[in-house]
Amino acid sequence: MLKISTAPHLHSSADTDTLMRGVIIAMLPAALVAVLFFGIGALKVILTSVAACVLWEYLIVRYLLRQPSTVHNGSAVITGMLLAFNLPPTIPAWMILIGAFMAIGVAKMAFGGLGKNLFNPALVGRVFLFISFPVQMTTWMKPSIRDFLNTDVQSGATTLGILKHIDASSSATSLTGGAESLPDYGQMFVGYTGGSLGEVSALALLLGLAYMLYKKIITWHIPFYYIGTVFLMTGIMWLITGDIRYEPLTHLLSGGLMLGAIFMATDYVTSPMSVNGKIVFAVGCGILTFVIRLYSAYPEGVSFAILIMNAFVPLIDKFYYPRVFGTGRK
Amino acid sequence: MTNKKTFSIGGIHPDKYKITSDCPITDAGLPETVYIPVKQHIGSPAKILVKKGDKVKVGTLLADADGIVSSDVHSSVSGEVTKVEEVEGEFGYLESMITIKVEGDEFEPSIDRSDDIVKEIPFTHDEIIEKIRSAGVVGMGGAGYPTPVKTSVPDNKKIDCLILNGIECEPFLTADDRLMVEKAEQIVIGAKIINKILGIQNAVIAIDENKPLAIETLTQITKRYIGVNVQICKTKYPQGGERQLIKAVTGREVPSGRLPMDVGCIVQNVGTVFAIYEAVMKNKPLFERIVTVSGDECKNPQNFRVRIGTPASWLIEKCGGISDDTAQIIFGGPMMGTSAVNVNAPITKLTSGILLLSDRLSHKEPEQDCIRCGKCVDACPVGLRPFLIARYTKENMIAELRDINVLDCIECGSCAYICPARIPLLDYCKLGKMEVKKTKK
Repeated sequence: MLKISTAPHLHSSADTDTLMRGVIIAMLPAALVAVLFFGIGALKVILTSVAACVLWEYLIVRYLLRQPSTVHNGSAVITGMLLAFNLPPTIPAWMILIGAFMAIGVAKMAFGGLGKNLFNPALVGRVFLFISFPVQMTTWMKPSIRDFLNTDVQSGATTLGILKHIDASSSATSLTGGAESLPDYGQMFVGYTGGSLGEVSALALLLGLAYMLYKKIITWHIPFYYIGTVFLMTGIMWLITGDIRYEPLTHLLSGGLMLGAIFMATDYVTSPMSVNGKIVFAVGCGILTFVIRLYSAYPEGVSFAILIMNAFVPLIDKFYYPRVFGTGRK
Repeated sequence: MTNKKTFSIGGIHPDKYKITSDCPITDAGLPETVYIPVKQHIGSPAKILVKKGDKVKVGTLLADADGIVSSDVHSSVSGEVTKVEEVEGEFGYLESMITIKVEGDEFEPSIDRSDDIVKEIPFTHDEIIEKIRSAGVVGMGGAGYPTPVKTSVPDNKKIDCLILNGIECEPFLTADDRLMVEKAEQIVIGAKIINKILGIQNAVIAIDENKPLAIETLTQITKRYIGVNVQICKTKYPQGGERQLIKAVTGREVPSGRLPMDVGCIVQNVGTVFAIYEAVMKNKPLFERIVTVSGDECKNPQNFRVRIGTPASWLIEKCGGISDDTAQIIFGGPMMGTSAVNVNAPITKLTSGILLLSDRLSHKEPEQDCIRCGKCVDACPVGLRPFLIARYTKENMIAELRDINVLDCIECGSCAYICPARIPLLDYCKLGKMEVKKTKK
């Protein structure tokens, strides 16, 4: 028996499941670093978050929408991992469950499921928890390799947290602000600092980026323009004012910038489709991150910046699309 | 020439599968019966001149062009016309065909059967056009546009660039590749013939870099012909598309809705150019062509010189038959070809390949939700937004479809190839185009 079908008869081997698996693989280095530096607690957070996201999606699709399960495509696993990456290692499990529900139930499934959500689900979950449980969400842990199984919380601060509390007048020459000192660039690069699980290690995140670029899962535009914008804006301000709070390399290597620019702003569903649109989106994220980090009450700006820019994606897609061959129209 | 050119927007890199690129062209021989369709071109079907019982020779005119946009059809064999009626074609539809029972292999005496390469072109412009017309030459790259019409340039248009399309960007197919290697000089002379029609002195043979032998052969030969040059192009699909190739070679963009001659270019497939050479210099009508029989399920892939009208199944038998794991048989290339309903359908002037594909290779997954990855937008060589075309087509939004230039779609299938959600984007594009055209009338 021969089949009849329409052209083309060949297809690229990368289907949705493969792409999602690729993203999960790209996140593994950052997950590994988290477990290495924050111990068994980090592993618990990651596993709980992934399980919760997958469970919520399964329950909603099977019992509310009564449709065949969609968890096999791996997007719920990604949301789960990203949510965990945005949480401190000490967060209690019940909070993760709530965050996962906000991510999957409200931000994703209520909008129609994969491909139809306007906002990045993991970020919605994180911001909901951040606003609802500010204390638990900002209880950071000092990284330590030796005490792998030690669950005693030795609280520490994030780099940006320290930076935020530096007194502007005394900061020009001093690297110390208050009780804690800033980590050096090497520590920040490998991730030996306080912070959310997945955001600390620029090295691990860049490895993930390299993998995704190699596998052609994402293009370089969003990470490059996002990180570049933050680097450029803080750099210019740093050169003008000499204020340590603008120090561009610290901004590059700390907080959620790398995580956001590599894994969350590049989310297919919630970012523009054309190259020009992606650049506008990424620059917008960069400007907002800069403004929030430096001039708002929050030390961190990445989550809010990406969520705000998510809202502009339909508008960006409306104005930025490729020029049609043989037309002068932009 | 060392700088390799390519078109600027979009494009994809499917696996090449050029397994037959080193197989010399062999003569397929004569089947017992041939089925010659009277419409193997764009335009109106040719008017049938023969009836049942007539004796014909190789090259005998069977059907006469009906109007300007039409083409003559000749017999590819000698023998007796046994049927002039509708027979099932490759799509399973009934097509008007002339069935000939093969007896011997007698050629019309006017045809020069020698292998000598004739280099002098003593004919005038009108004589050349007439020879091409009466040989039934059509665009053999796939479109099947009658060649005399394509090379007749209105007085108000000026052509300054002739491009020979030796790209053959479809996976598996190597018919043009082998033709360029084995009939290089004839192709170059063919280019000079077209030059004479157009009144220009230059021609560019565009070949993509995955055909090193063809590049080498033609580079050597073009040294002896002033004005004819080889341009190496980067391998990218769909570079063989006329507009993409013009962009790659000259940097010019054919405006939306206009023709290549509006930017001073004429593109001819190398197979067509060879047919022009044979028509003009050898008085040989277009009754045979090169066909690649290949595919991952083809036991013995080959390049054949095939008489028009030969049943595809007969060629497949010569290559080891249909294996148990063959899932689809494709007429043409795997990107734009059609999957055959009837494997006994004949080879026409436009059949560049017969492919036997396994289920592993040609399997289609069910359509999933769009994840807005934008890969279709990046892949489209026309700069369209296939995901949006699909959405508008589903909702029957005709005015919006026209606004986003759906009619500029060249149907290359790059979007559907790349889509990770396996949305049949090309089907939606074709459907959208049809709906828009319907409302235009």
